[in-house]
Amino acid sequence: MTMDHFMTPAPVPRKFITPGAIVLILLGLNGLAFLAGRLFFGIGAVTNLTNQYPWGIWIGIDVAGGVALAAGGFTTAALGHLMNREEYRAVVRPALLTAMLGYTFVALGVMIDIGRWYYIWHPLVFWNGTSALFEVGICVTIYVNVLYIEFLPIVTERFIGRVDLPGVLSRFNALADRGLRALDRGLSKTMFIFIIAGIVLSTLHQSSLGTLMVIAGPKMHPLWQTPILPLLFLLSAIAVGFPMVIFESLLASRSFGLKPEMHLLSKLGGMTAPLLGIYLAFKIGDMFIRETFVHLTVVNTASVMFTLEVLLGVVVPLRMFLSRDVLKSPPLLFTAATLTVLGVLMNRVNNFVVAYTPSYSLGSYIPSIGEVSVTVGFICILVLVYRAAVLIFPVISLPDRTLSPRARYTVRG
Amino acid sequence: MTQLDRRTFIKRALALGTGLAGVSSTAAAAPKQELSPDRMGVLVDTTACIGCRHCEWACSTAHGLPAGDLEGYEDTSVFESMRRPDEKALTVVNRYDNPKNANVPYTVKVQCMHCDHPACVSVCIVGAFSKEEDGSVVWDNDKCIGCRYCMIACPFQVPAFEYRKALQPKIMKCDFCHERRLEGGLPACVESCPAEALTYGPRAELVRVAKQRVDRAPERYVRHVYGEYEVGGTSWMYLAGKDFTELQFPKLGKSPAPGISESIQHGIFAYFVPPVALYGLLGVLMWNSKDDGKQ
Repeated sequence: MTMDHFMTPAPVPRKFITPGAIVLILLGLNGLAFLAGRLFFGIGAVTNLTNQYPWGIWIGIDVAGGVALAAGGFTTAALGHLMNREEYRAVVRPALLTAMLGYTFVALGVMIDIGRWYYIWHPLVFWNGTSALFEVGICVTIYVNVLYIEFLPIVTERFIGRVDLPGVLSRFNALADRGLRALDRGLSKTMFIFIIAGIVLSTLHQSSLGTLMVIAGPKMHPLWQTPILPLLFLLSAIAVGFPMVIFESLLASRSFGLKPEMHLLSKLGGMTAPLLGIYLAFKIGDMFIRETFVHLTVVNTASVMFTLEVLLGVVVPLRMFLSRDVLKSPPLLFTAATLTVLGVLMNRVNNFVVAYTPSYSLGSYIPSIGEVSVTVGFICILVLVYRAAVLIFPVISLPDRTLSPRARYTVRG
Repeated sequence: MTQLDRRTFIKRALALGTGLAGVSSTAAAAPKQELSPDRMGVLVDTTACIGCRHCEWACSTAHGLPAGDLEGYEDTSVFESMRRPDEKALTVVNRYDNPKNANVPYTVKVQCMHCDHPACVSVCIVGAFSKEEDGSVVWDNDKCIGCRYCMIACPFQVPAFEYRKALQPKIMKCDFCHERRLEGGLPACVESCPAEALTYGPRAELVRVAKQRVDRAPERYVRHVYGEYEVGGTSWMYLAGKDFTELQFPKLGKSPAPGISESIQHGIFAYFVPPVALYGLLGVLMWNSKDDGKQ
């Protein structure tokens, strides 16, 4: 018996509204205002996108960055369920919630960026097997549903034995409870199907997201344009999974005044080192095979961004994760995780925005206030929904002093 | 404990990586597109073009775009900066210096090249683009979702988007007057050209004509038919009096634009074998480790 057995996922007993939450709400509303402008007057009304620069930060950050940073969902699922490391299950639920909300916002991000948002369902009907984007779209669509199914047991756990419908509906309480119990049993028998599917779908679309820009060919800066882009995207997604979990877990414990789960997080940090190392090896190897290091000898936006991305986003955190002192110290571990997260985010923005130079340029692309507002607003709303979810559902593991009877529902992750 | 964890983890991660590497090495070549041998094309002789911009007017008129009076097109001030086709004008003419004769500048008409292996057709998420038998690459208003991936993929940076429309914004580009030609007509620009700078005909024939012209007047042309081989060949081809890069044509290789990414796609999805195999592999991994955590 280790001390983890006294930690049980439970709704966090805190108030939703705090000064921080109010700031997030205001930023969210600001984003929604610009979003309304986009819906009523077209994409051109709020963005700086042009015929030469058709994709901006909504694709680079909201979609590509969002998909990468939600990778903690499948890496922790692989660790907790596939490799059956029960001690890590305390981080599986928060990561699952992040992935579920992350992908939901990715889908929303895609929807507002496409010109005809009301045709978002078209790829389900009109197929094009040669399109990497089609593959990403289908995989993400299925994966969002898989994530919601994976989250269902947490919902059933929350309400089984505690169904309390209002007014006349209360006569259905027993029926609803039986339904939840049946759903719970069915889910626990079939969950492995969805867990494996989630991992397969993730490897597929994380890599295909990298394939997207391959066809831009010479329009993409040679520092990033490589036929192994899909492999680099997959490796970096796998590498950023645990750092994202560490980042969030430390943020959440600070925000809710809980003791950080360092015994788990430092192990995750230790596992990140080899994963980041593999990614770095492929990235540097590719650079030498294609001899693109020559582009680093000139100082321009591309070479500076590439250097920052690799040095601050990969090399420095890799070195930090290799140090025992870093793994034991919450602030240092948080720094290493944050650098990795920012590095991968920067990589996605670099690939989709910075590296892209159109064949003909009539100007340059700098995101508008509207684009930044919507992106920031979406992130703030996501954090607010996350906060609400962990206050309502048993997601975050808390010290279990009461040993409540619902403990039997915590065996599954 | 930590050491052991890390070792088994790396072992498994490596096993997975090898599996995936195997997947990408089986990448199959892009399937050959069914191209009609009789597909039509246009040969643009930029040394014959007089820069009258009648083609611009004819194009806008034929496509129901704001065209204005033909007289308005005599304005040569538009040549002072490079223009690109956009959502309001599907073809534009640009002017460049002629080193051989400064009084007769070169003028170059720009529009969709109608590639034989179009990147837009390959990447479109809903398959809204198609390469037609008559050579044109056309866009389907009913399918398009407005994702603009075609604009990212196009090596000539041609498709334009109606950014200012909240509902039903369109991807706008030259359609090679597909409808007009189905009814037996000529492309509007070809019909309007007073200088015979535009020659419409079967693509194979046009390649022959182009080479003949260069052979007959080698001092007039550079020995390069732009579009004969660029990105696997285009239906619209160009002759020029000076190097094409000086006329702001992108320098492109001979392989079709979709080649590499389609190989990757078909490699990862070869008859769904790799994803299903991965699913099986992970299933085995999960089964094998099911007692690990309970030691």
